Amino acid sequence: MFKNLIKKLSTEFDKNKYFIFIKLCIVIMAFLIAFLLTSICITAAGANPFEVFISIIKGAFGSPERMTEILVKATPLIFAGLGIAIAFKGGFWNIGAEGQIYLGAIAATIVGVKINLSPFILIPAVIISGFLAGGLWALIPGLLKVRFGINEIILTMMMNYIAIHTASYISHGPFRDPDGSLPQTAELFKGACLPVIINKTRLHAGILLAIFLCLLCYLIFKKTLLGYKIKAVGANPRSAFYGGINVFNTMIITIFISGGLAGLAGMGEVCGIHYRLLDGISPGYGYTAIVVALLARLHALWILLAAVLFASLDIGAGFMQRTTGIPSSIVCIIEALIVICILGSEILERKLMRKKVEK
Amino acid sequence: MLDEILTATFITGLLAAAVRMATPILLTALGEIYTELSGILNIGIEGTMLAGCLAGFIGTYYTGSIFCGILWGIITGGLMGLIMGILSITLQANQVACGIILNLLSLGMTSFIFRVVFGVTILPPNIKTLTPLPLPIINKIPFVGQILFQQNLMVYITFLLVLLSSFLIFKTGWGLKIRAVGEYPLAADTMGINVYNIRYICVIAGGMLAGMGGTFLAMDLGMFVDNMIAGRGFIALASVIFGRWKPHGVMAGALIFGLADAFQLRLQALGYNFPHEVLLMLPYVLTIIILTGILGKSHAPAALTQPYIKEK
Repeated sequence: MFKNLIKKLSTEFDKNKYFIFIKLCIVIMAFLIAFLLTSICITAAGANPFEVFISIIKGAFGSPERMTEILVKATPLIFAGLGIAIAFKGGFWNIGAEGQIYLGAIAATIVGVKINLSPFILIPAVIISGFLAGGLWALIPGLLKVRFGINEIILTMMMNYIAIHTASYISHGPFRDPDGSLPQTAELFKGACLPVIINKTRLHAGILLAIFLCLLCYLIFKKTLLGYKIKAVGANPRSAFYGGINVFNTMIITIFISGGLAGLAGMGEVCGIHYRLLDGISPGYGYTAIVVALLARLHALWILLAAVLFASLDIGAGFMQRTTGIPSSIVCIIEALIVICILGSEILERKLMRKKVEK
Repeated sequence: MLDEILTATFITGLLAAAVRMATPILLTALGEIYTELSGILNIGIEGTMLAGCLAGFIGTYYTGSIFCGILWGIITGGLMGLIMGILSITLQANQVACGIILNLLSLGMTSFIFRVVFGVTILPPNIKTLTPLPLPIINKIPFVGQILFQQNLMVYITFLLVLLSSFLIFKTGWGLKIRAVGEYPLAADTMGINVYNIRYICVIAGGMLAGMGGTFLAMDLGMFVDNMIAGRGFIALASVIFGRWKPHGVMAGALIFGLADAFQLRLQALGYNFPHEVLLMLPYVLTIIILTGILGKSHAPAALTQPYIKEK
C-alpha cells in the first residue's frame, strides 16, 4: 500500500515538488519518532509525557520575557551553528566551535576592558576582535589539516579544552576583577557593550547581527563564486582541484570564516549579556550548535529556525523541571533523538529520490 | 620544587598512578582499534564510556557486586555500539555526525537517568571501589613491582587484552578479515567475507570495551557525576592514531596520557603557586603535538568513514 502511495505521488508531482514533499514527510516522521521515544523515557520516569511537553511549551512561550530569553539563547547558537555549517559544507569537520567561542569571548573582553572609546569605534572593534580570535584559533587545526593532513576532528576537540582552560586562567589570573571576590574579569567599558534592543530584557543587538549574517551566508552559498567553491571543495577536493579551484586557499578561507563566526558567539555573550568574562561562559553552545547545524542540514536559513527551536526547548526545560520534577536533561535527549532520526532517515530519502530519477 | 619531585616515592607513586589512569583510556582505545580497522570511525566512544560508567555505577550500587557492575557497563557499551552500527552500517549515515549525536544522547541520558534513579541528594551516592590486588612474589620487585603489580584486577585484565588484541589482529584469520574489510571492503566481499557482519561485530566489541573503560572510572572513584569522562574518550581516539592502529603503540599512547594526567594532579596537590590551568591543558597540548606527526606519518585504514554499499 505504501509503495502504491509513493507511486501515485511520484506520478502526480513533478520532480522538485516530490523531493520537497519527501523531505518534509521524513522530517515530520523523525520528529514524531523522537517525541515517541522521549515519551517512553518520561513514562518510565513516572510522569505524564503530555504534561511534560505542555509544561515545556508553557515555559518557553508563557510570557513575553521568556520569549525574548529564547532569542537571547538562540543568538550564540545561530552564530556558532552558521560557522559549523560552513565548515561542514567545506569538508572540514569543525568540532571546535566551543573553543572558538571562548577565544572570541577572551578577545572581546581584552579589548573591552583595556580600551575606553565611544561605542561607534569600540563596538566594531570588539566584533572584529571576536571574529579574528575565533578565526585564528580555528586556523591552527585548519593549517595542520590542510598542510599536513592531520585529522581535524580530534585536533579541534583537543583545542576546545585548551581554550576553556585559557579562559579560566584569564578570568582567575591577569585580568581578574580587582574589586570583586568572584573569579571573573572586571566589567567592560560602557562603549564596548552591545545595546539592548527591548528595554528591561536581556535581548541585545547580537541577534540582529546573527540574523543578518544568516541572510548573508544564504546569499553567499546561493549566488557567489566563493559559496560554489566551498561546496565544490567540500564535496570532492580532488575534482575541485582538477576543476581549477585553489583547494588550499578555499579551505583556509572556509575554516577562518567558520571559526570567526563561532568567535562572534563568544563576543555576543561577553558584550551583550555578562559584560565580563567568567568561568563557563558557554554552557556547551559549541556542541549544541553542531546539532543545530546538522538538524538544519547545513542550510543557513534553516539554522535560524533550528536554533530558535533548541533555545525554546532549553528555556522551556528549566520551567518544566521546576513544575513537574522531571530533570531538564530530557531536552538533551529529545534533541539528540530528533537528529538521530533525521540522520537515520537520509538513506530512505536517497532511495526514494533515486527511484524517481530512474523513472 | 625539583627536589620534592625527584624522590623515589614521588616517582613510583606517579608512575603507578599513570598506569591506573591510562587503563580506562587504553581499554577504550583497544575497542576503537577494532572499530576503526573494520572501517568505522566511532567518535561516540566518549558517550559510550559515559553510558558504561553510569551503568557500572548503578549495577554495583544495586547488586552490591563489582563484577555485576562491570557486566552492566559492558552490556550498555555494547548497546551503544549497536546503535552506532545500525546508524552507520545499515543506514549508511555520516559516521562523524552519528558519533557527535551519540555523545549528546549519552550526556542527556546519563544525566536524566542518574537524577531519576537517585533523585536530588545532599550526599552523592557512593559505591565501593576496586581494591588493589598485589600479585604474589613479583610485587616485591623494587620499583617495577610497586608500579605494575600492585594494581587492581581490571588493570591486569586490560594489559592482558593488549597482548590478546595484538595476537588476534595480526596472527589470526579473524584479524585478517577485519583488516581486509577496513582496507578494501569490495575485495573482502568478493572473497566471501560478510562485510556487514564483521563491521557489526567490531563496532559492538568496541562499544563493549569502551563501556568497560567507563565502568573503570566509576569503580576507581566510587561515584558518578555528570560528564565525568571529560574528554577521555577523545584522548582514546587520539591515542589510536598515535599508536597507528597497533595495540602496543596504542598502549604507549595511553600511558603517556595517563602520565600527563597523573603529573598534573600531583603537582596541584603539592600546592605550588603555579597556574594549574596550564597543567590541566597538558594532556591536550601533548595530544596535539603527538598528532602533528613528529613521530612520523601513519596510514589509516583506507575505507575509514566510508559506508559500504553492496551492489545488487
